[in-house]
Formats: sequence, C-alpha cells, structure tokens
Amino acid sequence: MAAKTPAAPAAQTTQKEYRTISNVKGPLVFVQKTHAVGYGELVQLRLPNGQTRRGQVLDTSGKHVVVQVFEGTTGIDNDKTTVKFLGETIKFGVSKNILGRVFSGAGAPIDGGPEIIPDDYRDIIGAAINPYSRASPHDFIQTGISTIDGNNSLVRGQKLPIFSGSGLPHNDIALQIARQAKVRGTDEAFAVVFAAMGITNEEAKKFMGEFERTGALKRAVIFQNLADDPAVERLLTPRLALTAAEYLAFDLGMHVLVIFTDVTNYCEALRQIGAAREEVPGRRGYPGYMYTDLASLYERAGNIKGKKGSVTQFPILTMPGDDITHPIPDLSGYITEGQIVISRELHRKGVYPPINVLPSLSRLMNAGIGGHKTRDDHKKVSDQCYAFYAEGRDLRGLVAIVGKDALSSRDLQVLDFAELFENRYVRQGRDEDRSIEDTLDLGWELLATVDEKLLTRIDKKTIEQFHPKYKKAGTPVKAH
Amino acid sequence: MVNLKGTVYRVSGPVVTATGIKPAMYDIVRVGDERLMGEVIQIEGEYSIIQVYEDTSGVKPGEPVENTGLPLVVELGPGLLTSIYDGIQRPLEVLQDKMGHFILRGVDVPGLDHSKKWEFKPLVKKGDAIKPGQVIGTVQESTSILHKIMLPPNVEGGKVTDVKAGSFTIEETILTLDNGAKVAMMHKWPVRKPRPFAEKQLPTIPLITGMRILDGLFPIAKGGTAAIPGPFGSGKTVTQQSLAKYSNAQVVVYIGCGERGNEMTEVLTEFPVLEDPQTGNPLMARTCLIANTSNMPVAAREASCYTGITIAEYYRDMGYDVALMADSTSRWAEAMREIGSRLEEMPGEEGYPAYLSARLSEFYERAGRCTVLNGGEGSISVIGAVSPAGGDFSEPVTQATLRIVKVFWALDAKLAQRRHFPAINWLQSYSLYPEYLASHYAEHAAPDWNETKAQIMEILQKEAELQEIVQLVGSDALPPEQQVTLETARLIREIYLQQNAYDKVDAYSSLQKDYKLWKAILRYQTLSGAALKMGATTKELTGLAAVTDLARARFEAKFEEAYAAAMKGLENAFTEMAAKAKKHEVLA
Repeated sequence: MAAKTPAAPAAQTTQKEYRTISNVKGPLVFVQKTHAVGYGELVQLRLPNGQTRRGQVLDTSGKHVVVQVFEGTTGIDNDKTTVKFLGETIKFGVSKNILGRVFSGAGAPIDGGPEIIPDDYRDIIGAAINPYSRASPHDFIQTGISTIDGNNSLVRGQKLPIFSGSGLPHNDIALQIARQAKVRGTDEAFAVVFAAMGITNEEAKKFMGEFERTGALKRAVIFQNLADDPAVERLLTPRLALTAAEYLAFDLGMHVLVIFTDVTNYCEALRQIGAAREEVPGRRGYPGYMYTDLASLYERAGNIKGKKGSVTQFPILTMPGDDITHPIPDLSGYITEGQIVISRELHRKGVYPPINVLPSLSRLMNAGIGGHKTRDDHKKVSDQCYAFYAEGRDLRGLVAIVGKDALSSRDLQVLDFAELFENRYVRQGRDEDRSIEDTLDLGWELLATVDEKLLTRIDKKTIEQFHPKYKKAGTPVKAH
Repeated sequence: MVNLKGTVYRVSGPVVTATGIKPAMYDIVRVGDERLMGEVIQIEGEYSIIQVYEDTSGVKPGEPVENTGLPLVVELGPGLLTSIYDGIQRPLEVLQDKMGHFILRGVDVPGLDHSKKWEFKPLVKKGDAIKPGQVIGTVQESTSILHKIMLPPNVEGGKVTDVKAGSFTIEETILTLDNGAKVAMMHKWPVRKPRPFAEKQLPTIPLITGMRILDGLFPIAKGGTAAIPGPFGSGKTVTQQSLAKYSNAQVVVYIGCGERGNEMTEVLTEFPVLEDPQTGNPLMARTCLIANTSNMPVAAREASCYTGITIAEYYRDMGYDVALMADSTSRWAEAMREIGSRLEEMPGEEGYPAYLSARLSEFYERAGRCTVLNGGEGSISVIGAVSPAGGDFSEPVTQATLRIVKVFWALDAKLAQRRHFPAINWLQSYSLYPEYLASHYAEHAAPDWNETKAQIMEILQKEAELQEIVQLVGSDALPPEQQVTLETARLIREIYLQQNAYDKVDAYSSLQKDYKLWKAILRYQTLSGAALKMGATTKELTGLAAVTDLARARFEAKFEEAYAAAMKGLENAFTEMAAKAKKHEVLA
C-alpha cells in the first residue's frame, strides 16, 4: 500500500538515501552507517519495485539504527532497498474537512474523496495532559441503554471500555451507543471517531453501513486497519484517531466519542514487535511496558479547563477465553474508568444487550448523576437493584442444590426480582432509546414487586417520593 | 566538581547511552540540545547509561550530554504544602503556565517558588550553639501547618553569629554560623538518601483513619506500613483517598504513581473545599500531591516515590505525623521493570528486576516513628496500594510487599461486585500492630475495646464456617442458635463493616461510634439468644424495625440520639417478644 499521507513539509533536499540495510527481521529493519538519526524519527523505505513504506526509529546509536516498518517488510531486501530518514516524528494533517472521511490505518484517505489540505500537522504521539489542567468529567451522557445509564453511567471525558468475548454482540452495542448518545438538555450531537484495528472486512462494512444509514457519517472520522492489513500499522491507527479526536475536541470545541475496536488486536501487534526485538516479555508474552503503552492511548480521554470540547473513549476489547484476568482486559481495567462487561450467559439466554451489571462499573458515575443532572433517586435505585440482583443470582445456585422449597419468602422475592431484572430491565430493543426517567421508573416498577421493608438501600423519603405505590396515591414525581 | 561534557551514543526509548561524562552513579545529567533531565543508572567502562525523565523523541547520537555532578534532589522549605508536583518535583501549575495544557519537555522549573516572601520568626538568638536538625525558627506555611525551619542535617552545627527576623524569600540568608555556614529557609536533599534521625521508636499510637473496619479490626499505627492490594474496581483509590481525607495525620503526602489523570483532578478539585476533620481547615492545607500519571514518562514515575518520601521525612523531622499514600506501588515496580528490560538486565520473576524486593524494602523502611535529630518525635506512616495482575495476590509485587509491611488490607472483587464497600476482606486481612496498640485503645477508646473486638472477629470467623454448610443445605436447616449467629454476622457486615465513603456523615466514623455499633450488635445477639430460650422463633428475630433504625442511625448527623432511640426500640422489641412468649406459655 502506498502511503499518501501528507507528510509534513521538511527540508527534503538534504536527506540522504542509504542502501546499508544489514538485517531484516519480522517488522524490523537494521540500517548501518547512517548519519546521526533521531529517536522516533519517521523513515521512508523505497523497495526495489518502486513501492514506498513508512517506518519509525526504535533504537539509534553510532553503530546502527533499528527501524520498525509499519506497512510490513514483505519485499524488503538488504541490497537494493533504500532508506531515507525524514528528520521528524510521525504527524497527521488535521483540518475540519476530515469529518465525514475514511482513512487507512496509516492515515491515508481511502474513500476516493479529495485530498485534504491540512490546517496543521500534529504529532500523533500526543503529549500527556497536565493533570493540573484537566477539568473533572461530570456531564451525564444518556446512551439510552438502561444497564449503562441506570447502573454504570457514562460522563463526558470518561474512558469506559466494553469487555466482550468473541461471538458476542459488542459491535451492535457500540453502534447503538454511537447512535443514541447525547448529553441531556443539549441538542449537540457527538462527533464520532472510529478506529478499526484488525477487524474483518465484513465487520468494517457493517459499521460503515450503519454510519451511512443513520447519517452519522457526516460527523464521523473513520480509520480502518483491517484484518489483512499489516499488524504493525495497528500501532499507528489508534494514535491517528486520537490525534484527530483531540483536534476536533480541543481546537474546534466538539464533543467527540472515540470508538476503538478491537484493542486485543492492537495488543497482539505490540507483542509481535516486542518478540521481534527480543525483549524480555512480561505476562503471557506481552511486553512489560504494555500498561504504559495502553495508558498512552486511554489517558488521552478527558476534558481540559477552559476548553469547550471533550474526548470520551469507548474502546472495545475481546477477552481471550472470556478471561477477565487476561493481561489485556486486566491492564485496561487498571487504566480505564470502569468497564462494561458483556456476558455470554445472558447472550445465550437471548437477552440483548447482554450486559452483566455485576462486574461492570463506572468510576465516574457519582460525579454525573443525581439532582439536576439526572434524578435524586438515581444512585439509590441503582444500588438497590445491584444488591437484589447479586443476591438473586447467588440464590439461583442454591435453588439448583436444595430446590425452591427451602427458600424463605424474602429469598423467593429476590429470586424473582433477578429474573425480572434480566428480562425487563436489561433486555431492550436494538433501536430502543430509553430516557433516564424511563430507566429509573422501570427500576421502580421492578422494585415494587419486592416487599417495601426489604428496600434497605433506599431511605424513606425517596421511597415516598418515587415508589409507584405512593405515586399512584397522588404524590407527583418531580422530574428535573 | 567540574561539569563534564560528553555526547549521546545511543537512544532507545527513555534509556540513553552517553560517552565522555565520567559520572558517579545516580548523577543528574542534561541530555541533548534540549537539555532533558536524566539520571545515570549504570556505568559500563566509558559508557554511561542514563534514564531520561522526559520524552526522548528526536534525540540523536552525537548531541551533547552534560554531567551536573549532583544527584536527584528535592527542594525542601515552605511552599511544599498545597502544591502539586510531577515525579521530579516540577510544580504542575507552573508547567501549565509555561507550556500550556499538555506536558511538553525541556522545561526546568524549581520545586519551590523562589520569589515568594515568607514571614520568618526566629527561635534562636545570636550566640546560641545549634546542632543539625534543630529548629531555628518558624514560618506559617498554611492555615494548618506551622513550618519549622531547621538547621539542615547536612550543615555542621556551630554558634549563631547572626539571625534575622522578617520577610524573606527561601533563598535569602536568615542565619549565619561561626563556621561560616549561611542558612536559608530552603535546602536541597538527595531523594534516594534517607534523611537522618536519632532513633526509631516502637509504634504504639494508632493512626485513626475514620474507617470502621480499619480502626476496629485491622489498625495501622502511626509510623506503620500497610499494603492495599486488590484487582481493578475493588476500591483501592477510594480507600487511599478516604485515608488522605480523614486520617488524623498532620501532613499528608499523596503520590499518584502511574495512575489515572482524572483521579488526580478529583483530588485537586475536592481537597481545597473539603474540611480536615481534625482542624476544620481545608484538607489541601495539609496536603502535598505528586502526580506522575500513567502516560507521563516512566523514569519520572520511578523517581516519584522517592520524591514523595523525602518530602514526608522533612515534615517528620519537624515533629509532625505524616501519612504517605502511594497509589500504586505496582506501577512503580513496572517502571523499574521497564527500565531494567531496556538495560537488558537478567530478569527475576515475571520480568521484574531481581532487586525489586530490595527496593521495596528500602522504601517501606523509610517509614517509622522516630525520635528526630532535635529530640522531638515524628512519624511517617506509609500506605501503598498494590495492583496485582489479574487480581492474583501470588504475583511478585504483592508478595515482596507483604514480606515487609505489617498491615494487609485485602480488597476483594466479589465484595465490590455486591457493592459491599469498603471491599476489604475481613478474613484475609491482618494487622500486626494490635499488640502495640491494645493499651492505647483500652485507655482512649473503651476499657473493654480489645475483648469486644475479639468477640466480633469470632462471630465473623464462625459465619465463614457456617456459610459452607449453608451453601449445601440452606440456612433453614441450621439449628436456631446458629441462625442467630448468622444474623448477627450479617448485622456486623451490613452495619459495622460497610461504610459509605460518599455519605457526608458516614464517611468518617469515630472510635466511640465504632464501639457503640459493636455493642449494639452484640446486645442483639445476647437478646436473641435469650429470646430463643424463651421460645421465640428465628423468624421473629429477623427483620426487626429497630435493627433497620440502627443501620440508618449511622447516617444521622445526630448519631447519639438516633442510636439511643434505636437501642430503646431494640430493648422494647425483645421485651414484647418475651411477653408474648410468656402468654403462649400460660395459654399452653
């Protein structure tokens, strides 16, 4: 694939081309006897057949330079291939015209549209946001999905991954979120930056089709690295996407939702490079610096004091073997602000979206809910549903052993609640966009099936204000 | 020492090799045209290996390297509190002013404000003989803390020849000695070198945290060490932040080491408005924050824990009780692993360097309750979060930490999933301090505190055994006495152990409140046992309204009143039950 990305204009004339490649190993190329080359510099390789490839300097010394080639090393030899060091790091040309466009995983437009004339070139390895400059995320995003809005609320500037498994409908959920997400009280739609990393052509088509169908494409920027594209290119894709997102958010003041799929493929690429460099591996062969590397992506979500826009991240990853302790979900969970966990069990039962609320978590939920943001009873309804559902699921295990007869009346009520919770609250249509009031009212409806005395997580005042029993008696429920 | 200049030979990520600088180990060097700050971590013949604290993109072989001949130091003096620093004590606020919202590189900023004037009140006069560590005067640093200016431990003592009172910057000389030494309010100290003290003391005073499960069951002493390991989402950070907010330390140093940026922002927005329960002043007035988030350079992350503990030692030397929170030590260990692997060192377990355990012990050993050089007493309590991979406590960082620390607060994902917070597992956790603290509790909290605690622990232990049977046969199959034990244990879990860190009242619980809750629950057990003997059924014993009232009393600002009412209700309920039972007997 020819790289057509607008490389920043550099002093092209003084650059030497070397024909001193000594070794080619996996994605790495070793070049001898060069001038002093900077760490992280962009490299252009010209193959004997005239093709060009791009790479980046991983190690530089007086002896040799190690270059990691993004678009694969197929066809690179140590005789005729020439190497040129471009004297600067990898950049992406940004402009407001990137909206509605589709780029390759390496940042070249692939939708046949016009060339983009960049307003600026941005280093794709973004700098860290100064923690002092961050603004606390607290604007509730309504996704229209009860299990997220009600129990694991998302706020603007958060990074909330979907932990899924192969064969589960995580893509449908991501699309539904992208379609329905809005901040209450505003008509502002989110701009979507979508980075496909190593997904199949079919999946990519589905995403594109959906974006076109719903008209979301107009406010989307898409980067596609598909399953048959070079794995090393995957290291660039999310960084390009985040560079675009930061530009839209912090320069143009837009609220941006970034969707990555699939982070697992990204980590595989990272491991591949690590192995080629003969690095000491960490757990399960993944590089020891994977935490830092993933953090350099996830931490690019956030809000900045005094800037209007925001970057919210929705990374999707498939847990190998549904194992949440696998290094990829594990390290992600330590960096992100919670996680939405997709359950195979619920999926088998035919529940969509099969989100298991128990291991799911939103760390920033408390900042985004209650009072004028959603409703006063939000936290309490959520806590009570959690407590009953967790207990109900445990009881199912007990019922399997001792039968229902051994249960107390309290236990039976909780058991039934768990069933209702899955079938009424968790389950919803693929196009069903529930407002937060609908979600909370539904929660109350289910809680009302349980004896009021058992609602220990909700205080009396809240019960009197929101419990359907009292509501019918004429106390109006005040919606904010 | 002459500043030697050399050149860059090789760049590989944060590790740079230089020639021609002839440094000593841990000397600070300036790398490249942008003079990035780095530290020498290995010397191989003419090659010096340097870890660079900033991003090295674009650095080329042949660029200049300069050896400063000095180790990594922090500036110690008034102005540390209320500040937020990166891992190498660069104030983040100043960095924002100099380079905007993103952290760029090549900016060198001192840790303290060198132009600000502080009002210095001397405590010594001309002719006094003073020793290192002695307090020479004071500065009101924040609303909470009176900063004591000491003769630095690395300055020789002598007779005061001149001392000034008034308003000075931290660099101006405020005192001179007959040996020629000129003393200012600020001095520098190398972070990797523990500050000297006179003698370590046994930790006999508890650090009161306001968290019921910690203060009651697994206490940490002032000067003690504790580890909080737990998988993600189990509440490490919430626990650390609670400790930073409510513990009765006088100074808090909070290190965000390789963690989330938004969490530091949360601390930064909350602490200035939250009140210190001890003094009523803003919490920020006693706090120093160090934030080297996960995406900031790893070498600076490695340094951040040393920077933090050196600042803590400085306040200990003034005679304060300091609490240091490190969140998370696993990220610190990972920074060591990353640097180690770039050096192509032979790795130990799971790729971590073989010196991991030694580094961790050195760090935790800097905690302690000490008689300081001037004869006063100060302490540093260190509380380190650990983030074990996959939540598996058998991994090297958790294991190496547990060999050193005396308190283990095991966080449990299962508890967190049920929204039982703090999700500290009461069966796995332990504290080795109660033997030193027992008499303090008996004297200051309640005479039978230790016995009561033993009773509570026994019920919890018993519950765990009974639960195994319940899993097989259901609770109804147990004899009534055991069902009462289960019910009592449930109350301990729900009323005592669970605590809402987000509730204004419940977030902080005093020892008196802890003790009262214990007593109430034990009273319930006693009354229930008696009621059973009189023929009450287990059904009557569960779901008492008075018990719900007791649970709710925790959230009442007027706890005493609500508690008294609930207890009255409890006694009445059982009296009624007894009356009813008697009637039955008569009828029968």
